[in-house]
Amino acid sequence: MKPLLTVRGVETYYGAIRALKGVDIDVFEGEIVTMIGSNGAGKTTLMNTVCGDPRARSGRIVFDGRDITAMPTHEIMRLSIAQSPEGRRIFPRMTVYENLLMGALLGPGDDASIKEDLATVFGLFPVLERRQGQRGGTLSGGEQQMLAIGRALMGRPKLLLLDEPSLGLAPLIVRQIFSVIRDLNRTQGLTVFLVEQNAFHALKLAHRGYVMVNGQITMSGPAAELLARDDIKAAYLEGGVHA
Amino acid sequence: MDYFAQQLINGLTLGSIYGLIAIGYTMVYGIVGMINFAHGEVFMIGAFIALIAVLSLFALGVTAVPLALLLALVIAMALTGLWGWAIERLAYRPLRNSFRLAPLITAIGMSIALQTFVALTQGARSKPLPPVIRGGFTLSEGNGFAVSLSYMQILIIVTTVVVMAAFSYLINSTSLGRAQRACEQDRKMAALCGVNVDRTISLTFVIGAALAAVAGLMFLAYYGVIDFFVGFVAGIKAFTAAVLGGIGSLPGAMLGGLLIGLIEVFWAGYFTAQYKDVAAFSILAIVLIFMPSGLLGRPEVEKV
Ligand SMILES: Nc1ncnc2c1ncn2[C@@H]1O[C@H](COP(=O)(O)OP(=O)(O)OP(=O)(O)O)[C@@H](O)[C@H]1O
Ligand SMILES: [Mg+2]
Repeated sequence: MKPLLTVRGVETYYGAIRALKGVDIDVFEGEIVTMIGSNGAGKTTLMNTVCGDPRARSGRIVFDGRDITAMPTHEIMRLSIAQSPEGRRIFPRMTVYENLLMGALLGPGDDASIKEDLATVFGLFPVLERRQGQRGGTLSGGEQQMLAIGRALMGRPKLLLLDEPSLGLAPLIVRQIFSVIRDLNRTQGLTVFLVEQNAFHALKLAHRGYVMVNGQITMSGPAAELLARDDIKAAYLEGGVHA
Repeated sequence: MDYFAQQLINGLTLGSIYGLIAIGYTMVYGIVGMINFAHGEVFMIGAFIALIAVLSLFALGVTAVPLALLLALVIAMALTGLWGWAIERLAYRPLRNSFRLAPLITAIGMSIALQTFVALTQGARSKPLPPVIRGGFTLSEGNGFAVSLSYMQILIIVTTVVVMAAFSYLINSTSLGRAQRACEQDRKMAALCGVNVDRTISLTFVIGAALAAVAGLMFLAYYGVIDFFVGFVAGIKAFTAAVLGGIGSLPGAMLGGLLIGLIEVFWAGYFTAQYKDVAAFSILAIVLIFMPSGLLGRPEVEKV
């Protein structure tokens, strides 16, 4: 398997606070990798550090054979990384359609591909097609989450970064979104790095997993193995097994 | 009635000029959240570049007035755009992440610096431009009062409509405009979508400056005289227009510009010219009491 994303010894600071304390991560092509951890562990910080904001103070991040540690965010993303960020960050005063076009900036950009990708996204999330002309800020939480994922897919990314796509959503919608991710991975070989609180679902979906505690990776391994461990069950799955 | 029509024409002409300047204030506020107090001076520089361009073109033998004006417009837009770019790059960008008052104070300093620069290099006396476009239509005569619409006024209003239509198309329907709006709504997410945020902000200053240059040329041609201080008053009026329309709102800036122009002209026409500025500011104050975010602005709370 070819490494797509390699993170080595990354430390990230917010002022004097060290949020990441030497993190190592690998994501190989065609994998779904998840990172679980409790609130404030540093999961979002890691995902954002990969995207160059905030920047790693030390360590190295390599994507697709290129060192991206010091690159500006927009250049990193143009190497074909798309992020569906924490809080969804839908452009509130743009329509659903325009939000999707923003995602298409990372893609090939010609009208034919955009049309094709729109059809794909509308196929996955039919509600978005019906709401094309509605302003993003007025969508429901679940619809916004679908739009955030759809927007990321519009860029035909090599690597899809998903930060808590299940947050605040009904179990039915969570299942729907996770099955979309699984299908894209199986049919198109899409590589996914998924950050989740919903550890049970995430570990069920992923091939491999990492556990982050307090800015450090404490455990890693095949997702099924992590799922079977008693300490993980105790720490992250209490009350989480509801599917 | 005739008198009213005449004031309306004059007000629309002045309002067009204010509206074009106001867009620069509102766009910059929208994308970087600062009031660019030097924007009035950018307008003034635009007028000076236009003056120099027109006179140079005449001297070079380009005597066809429409051609000379068109060339001067292009030159003024390009060079003033460059000024807008340089001001952002040198004075504002280094302060973008510093405390909120820093760019504001810098903008005021920049405004004074630009005025002084022009006063020193061009002289402090006012500079005339001989009337380039004369004549017009007389729309109605009678009761001892003629309503006239000069070619100059037609040119100003038509140019403004064309420029604003092109500008609205750029912002609403092109990917450049989408990137601009994206940076305004969520800069971090825009970068995650691959938008070069720094370049987009630069571009916003360039577009605002180019529109101010259009206003500068029109002001010059309409009044026939400029000096290093014209940017101060016009800038404050245009800023008022932007706030009246709702700062951050592009249609608001256009509407606010027209309203300020109309208020000023009507007040001067029906009451007293001395108090026209007081009238404009009073109406602004009244509107802001009842609509704190301006006529077309969106309430602050909606900002997600
Ligand atoms: N912009 C910031 N400034 C200062 N501290 C921050 C900032 N963002 C995050 N932190 C701190 O860094 C730590 C890691 O935050 P992060 O958002 O990465 O956690 P997380 O694992 O994503 O948590 P959650 O599951 O709640 O989203 C937290 O202690 C947080 O308070
Ligand atoms: Mg998080």
